[in-house]
Amino acid sequence: MKISEQWLRTWVNPAISTEEMCHQLTMAGLEVDGVEPVAGAFDKVVVARVVSLEKHPDADKLNVCQVSDGSETLQIVCGAANVRAGLIVPLAKIGAVLPGDFRIKPAKLRGVESSGMLCSEKELGLAAQAEGLMELPDDAPIGTDVRQYLGLDDHCIEIDLTPNRGDCLSVAGVARELAALNQCPVTAVDCEPVTAGSDATFPIEIVATEACSHYAGRVITGINCAAKTPIWMLERLRRSGIRGLGPVVDITNYVMLELGQPMHAFDLATLEGGIQVRFAKKGEKITLLDGKCIELDDESLLIADHAKILAMAGVMGGEGSGVSVTTTDIFLESAFFRPENIAGKARSYGLHTDSSHRYERGVDPHLQLKALERASALVLAICGGEAGPVVEKITEAYPAEAQAIHLRQVRIARLLGIEMQADEVVAILKRLEMQLSAVDDGWRVTPPSFRFDIAIEADLLEELVRIYGYNNIPRTQPVYQAQMKAQTEFEIPTSTLRSALVNRGYFEAITYSFIDPKLQCILDPENHAIKLANPISSEMAVMRTSLWPGLIQAVRHNLNRQQLRVRLFETGMCFKPEQDQALEQIDMIAGAICGELLPEQWSAPARPVDFFDLKGDVEALLAPTGMVCTFTAATHPALHPGQCASVAVDGEFAGWIGALHPEVMKQLGLDENVYVFELRLDLVKSAVLPVFSPLSRFPEVRRDLAVVVDENVTVQSMLACIGEAASELLQHIQVFDIYTGKGVESGRKSVALGLILQDFSRTLTDHDVEAEVQNVVSSLKQKFAATLRE
Amino acid sequence: MDLPKLIADAQAEIAAVDNLDALDLIRVRYLGKTGALTASLKALGSLPAGERKAAGQEINTAKQGLQQAIEARKASLEQAQLQARLANECVDVTLPGRGQRNGGLHPVTRTMQRIESLFSQLGFSVEEGPEIEDDFHNFESLNIPEHHPARAMHDTFYFDAKTLLRTHTSPVQVRHMEKEQPPLRIIAPGRVYRCDSDLTHTPMFHQIEGLLVDENASFADLMGTLSDFLKLFFENEDLKTRFRPSYFPFTEPSSEVDIQCVMCAGEGCRVCGQTGWLEVLGCGMVHPKVFESVNIDNEKFTGYAFGMGVERLAMLRYGVNDLRLFFENDVKFLQQFA
Repeated sequence: MKISEQWLRTWVNPAISTEEMCHQLTMAGLEVDGVEPVAGAFDKVVVARVVSLEKHPDADKLNVCQVSDGSETLQIVCGAANVRAGLIVPLAKIGAVLPGDFRIKPAKLRGVESSGMLCSEKELGLAAQAEGLMELPDDAPIGTDVRQYLGLDDHCIEIDLTPNRGDCLSVAGVARELAALNQCPVTAVDCEPVTAGSDATFPIEIVATEACSHYAGRVITGINCAAKTPIWMLERLRRSGIRGLGPVVDITNYVMLELGQPMHAFDLATLEGGIQVRFAKKGEKITLLDGKCIELDDESLLIADHAKILAMAGVMGGEGSGVSVTTTDIFLESAFFRPENIAGKARSYGLHTDSSHRYERGVDPHLQLKALERASALVLAICGGEAGPVVEKITEAYPAEAQAIHLRQVRIARLLGIEMQADEVVAILKRLEMQLSAVDDGWRVTPPSFRFDIAIEADLLEELVRIYGYNNIPRTQPVYQAQMKAQTEFEIPTSTLRSALVNRGYFEAITYSFIDPKLQCILDPENHAIKLANPISSEMAVMRTSLWPGLIQAVRHNLNRQQLRVRLFETGMCFKPEQDQALEQIDMIAGAICGELLPEQWSAPARPVDFFDLKGDVEALLAPTGMVCTFTAATHPALHPGQCASVAVDGEFAGWIGALHPEVMKQLGLDENVYVFELRLDLVKSAVLPVFSPLSRFPEVRRDLAVVVDENVTVQSMLACIGEAASELLQHIQVFDIYTGKGVESGRKSVALGLILQDFSRTLTDHDVEAEVQNVVSSLKQKFAATLRE
Repeated sequence: MDLPKLIADAQAEIAAVDNLDALDLIRVRYLGKTGALTASLKALGSLPAGERKAAGQEINTAKQGLQQAIEARKASLEQAQLQARLANECVDVTLPGRGQRNGGLHPVTRTMQRIESLFSQLGFSVEEGPEIEDDFHNFESLNIPEHHPARAMHDTFYFDAKTLLRTHTSPVQVRHMEKEQPPLRIIAPGRVYRCDSDLTHTPMFHQIEGLLVDENASFADLMGTLSDFLKLFFENEDLKTRFRPSYFPFTEPSSEVDIQCVMCAGEGCRVCGQTGWLEVLGCGMVHPKVFESVNIDNEKFTGYAFGMGVERLAMLRYGVNDLRLFFENDVKFLQQFA
């Protein structure tokens, strides 16, 4: 909300600077977002009158004007379209300096002398745009300094109010706050009832009694809507960011800004029967003042007459019933609508108005008549006419007097951590216009009707500390019972896992949780991603079921920026819908690598990454679990069928590792082979305690052998076979070479194994070792038709 | 046998030899089993008894002399060999090391870990919650009923009328209070989502929520804890902080916390909009309605909660000037925090 400082100071005028005032408001919770001068810096601009004008002899668009500044008549060449004899305009005299350090000097325009400049609002820094000269009222005193006349030594203060402070959405509201903060009086405007000059009335009926507890209105007849809105009012409206729209609308806007009560005026001639406040019937339509046509639902509160819809209550008036320049009789409305019935409504139709903004946050339920009288007085003063008597309807939902709130002194110390003296509590609450009565343990406090946000003790505590000053509270250190917390060894901290990958050359990525459904389909077609109802774009429309789409997008981003080698990982939630409409939200850890294994360097051979580089990383990641992790050849729609494994931790499926399928790479526009893994974070984090096994004091013996088996025999199955056949002497098997080619028949491969043998009670003899080797070899022969390679 | 000549020849050969193998041959030739001096000793027996002793002594002296000369030569040759090897093995130590280079944590994670570690010193433990939330936990239980104006400030992503992406980490405090009894001390880091995207907003970002519930948690404690935290986070003992009244439906009193601008030290600059202050935190005392919604006794317990944007703190701490960089995952960006 923007308001003029000058206007505010007519209500409350503490002896503090603009800066101090803004600081005070900010520190009281009314955050000042900006302070701007209401006009540019200029001087020597006076009110002047165009006496006469004639066409410039040598320029079609220029006029040569004779302009009076009250003491002399000056010749001024002017190009504005709206210049005319009799016009009252701001005149920048010779020597004037306009915003932008624009100096006015005597000049010749196409050979004609010009001694000054007639100004537009833009040239004076009053508006960003202007269509022609600024037109001042006919009664503006010629010769007066324009700054003085328009009161331009003023600031526009923009306050960003929190939703609970609807009471401050007016000059009156902010003035009350400043008065409380500075302990100075408020000068309120006169809202005494106007004298009814006629007995014209218009009937009111409230059908939606819950939603509208009070509706007041008055007929004013015989007004002149062609009357000009006074310049002081227009200027105050302008400083609040509201354009002049004719005197009656200007007055309703003005009273809303001044008192906080949204108002509306109908052209009485367009009304039929009587006012009805009711809910819309589903499908009813209204064309609003801004020309927009809206189809309403049955929760929309309306103002209607007996024949048609007039307005969306508390939001905006309708097109047909508004006041126009020819209107002579009006019906002025001032009502209280329940916030719950307005809140969210405007937004649901894509509307947001000054009125809906206020009603959503709440309006003082006792303000309607005051505002109606204030607006009536202004209409009579500006447009003339005769006011009829006020007609009002009050329903049973009309808020009763505010309930007294029990405030306990002990709660002040306990919740705020300060000892506040009783008289200080009383003084602060009185400054906020609260009614107090002392009780045993504190007070019973009744807030004023405009503080409809205060309902419970905590609200009062906030008010106390707000006025006391947050920063006057000593900052204390909390005192706790020191108690150690459990720290399990059965779960590996995620930070340890991240470090493991960081130490192996991975950078951590954080990608959006919502992804492009196309990517999702390519990379995880078997999981059905759930869709956002209101995505921010079609590329961020579904929730990821895998971390791969985000990671691969990040890989692509880097490849497109001359990074030839990318190693990324991410941890985060994936969202997998399950059978019974349930949703699994599960933390995953995933990585993607491509390009060279090592960063380019001077002495290590360059080699692109392959499956086993990634597998080594995954094994390192899984090592701390201490559990058996198995990799089994498997197929995944996004992965290369010959380079893909499912990973199990302690027998439980944990995820996937593999090379991206060439088809998938083609669809993603990737030229570089990309290897990816993804694992369930909970399984990667689960750990077992290390179990000690004693060390043998006798030497270990190693025997190497190369066995030739069919190419499709997996090393894992060979190791399992050996494990079963061997005695307890076999401590470890080291696979140290795989060979195919010359010397090994096609379709077969040579697997070189190192058998490491050791006994706990003695040094092994050649005989022991030979027997063990024979045992292993014969079991491999039997199971895999293995032969020893010579 | 001309012993003096033999010795002179041997000494000359030893002096001339330039490698250990040749030196060893010399040793064998003179001192070996069939060497010249050994032969002389063997020949002693053929001398008259009276000459044997003197001749024996003479030969032994000569032998010892040769042995010493050979040892000395050997040591000197070995030394020369070592020097040659060392010279040969000299490397350019300024060349870079070999192998894999380390990667690095994302700056958001780095910042979150730092915040977690500071609060863990006060006994706060880390809690997590779902990112797809229900209306009750994200709004209703936090005293934000339907149509509350605060909802308009949340720009929520919805799946259906009651299911949404959490707009803040505050639902984690509710979930924690639903299952645990006070005293409670948690922080809840995580991703949050708002339907907003421009230069200063990304539709996903990170928050850390904090909650403390105890019998006598006070606003003064909250202020003390947070101002200490901010000083420690920015490693600036003199960092000024100020608390401003604000409004969150789930706390009362509520406050926003500003720090003195870390870019201009409070002088006023573009980053702080010339105010000298930067808003970094929201906080307040847990609203009685929130306690009610999780059945915690308002009379017995008091609590405070706070929430902060991780990207904002990371930007201020590391001087990052563009929020969007956090989610592009450009390696050149990520490298800077490794």
